[in-house]
Amino acid sequence: MSIDWTHFTPLSAVAGGALIGASASLLLALNGRIAGISGIVGGLLRFPRGDLAWRIAFVAGLAAAGPVYRLFAVPPASGVTHSIPTLMLAGLLVGLGSRYGAGCTSGHGVCGLARLSPRSLAATLGFMVVGFLTVYLVRHVLASSVGAAS
Amino acid sequence: MKAVSAFLIGLLFGAGLILAGMANPTKVLAFLDLAGSWDPSLALVMAGAIAVAAPAFALIRGLPHALLGGQIQLPVSSAIDLRLIGGSAMFGIGWGIAGICPGPDVVLLGQGSLAALVFVAAMLVGMGLFEWIEAAAPVDRALARPAA
Repeated sequence: MSIDWTHFTPLSAVAGGALIGASASLLLALNGRIAGISGIVGGLLRFPRGDLAWRIAFVAGLAAAGPVYRLFAVPPASGVTHSIPTLMLAGLLVGLGSRYGAGCTSGHGVCGLARLSPRSLAATLGFMVVGFLTVYLVRHVLASSVGAAS
Repeated sequence: MKAVSAFLIGLLFGAGLILAGMANPTKVLAFLDLAGSWDPSLALVMAGAIAVAAPAFALIRGLPHALLGGQIQLPVSSAIDLRLIGGSAMFGIGWGIAGICPGPDVVLLGQGSLAALVFVAAMLVGMGLFEWIEAAAPVDRALARPAA
């Protein structure tokens, strides 16, 4: 392992994290709901009566964040370089997995850990470890074996 | 009122994701790439979020009801089972492949990313598949309730 100091952004990471934590706290205090994005989006598919508006509003707020952010500051660079089939596979796994696992990075990784839930700790460790392994396989095993073959 | 607060909180949450670098899949993958040149930033995102949310959640738990009315709904399940771990592992594979998870994907979609549109469509198919399988094989909904 070597640490990439040039791309290390500790201040904006902590500040952005604090905003995420503050938003999750506000949603729980004001609306009484956990800010788990996969649960909020996935719940939409059940067309819950009387429970739909806040979900749509929250997702709309998330989607509006980019354009609104741009009014005040230059957003950090971002880019997706994956092929369409790769994105489809990844999206499918994220959708299915987050629902079976009852949460994602926000629901388990932030809210669950913040309320000291052992279940969320297990889920977070699960997807982090598998995430690390997946990137290792894709970047350092598959890529080099493809490189060696060609 | 609850929809207004949800919209504004969603906006704040999204701004946090952008500032933190979570809306940049390249940065997320650089965090997950321990064997490459590792960018530890995202560990600090989680630390920053929990440092704020943990004390706040402890306070909120003492409230009799949500400030805008209604119950404070916390997940009830505490089961650590195959379903939880298998689902989380599946999520981890998808996250590791693209560096995108649900929140950042919606943010990217709002920024007009076509890739995010493809990802969100596939994600909704995955979530719909879950609902379909669940409906076909009824299980105890109390246990299956999404925690997040």
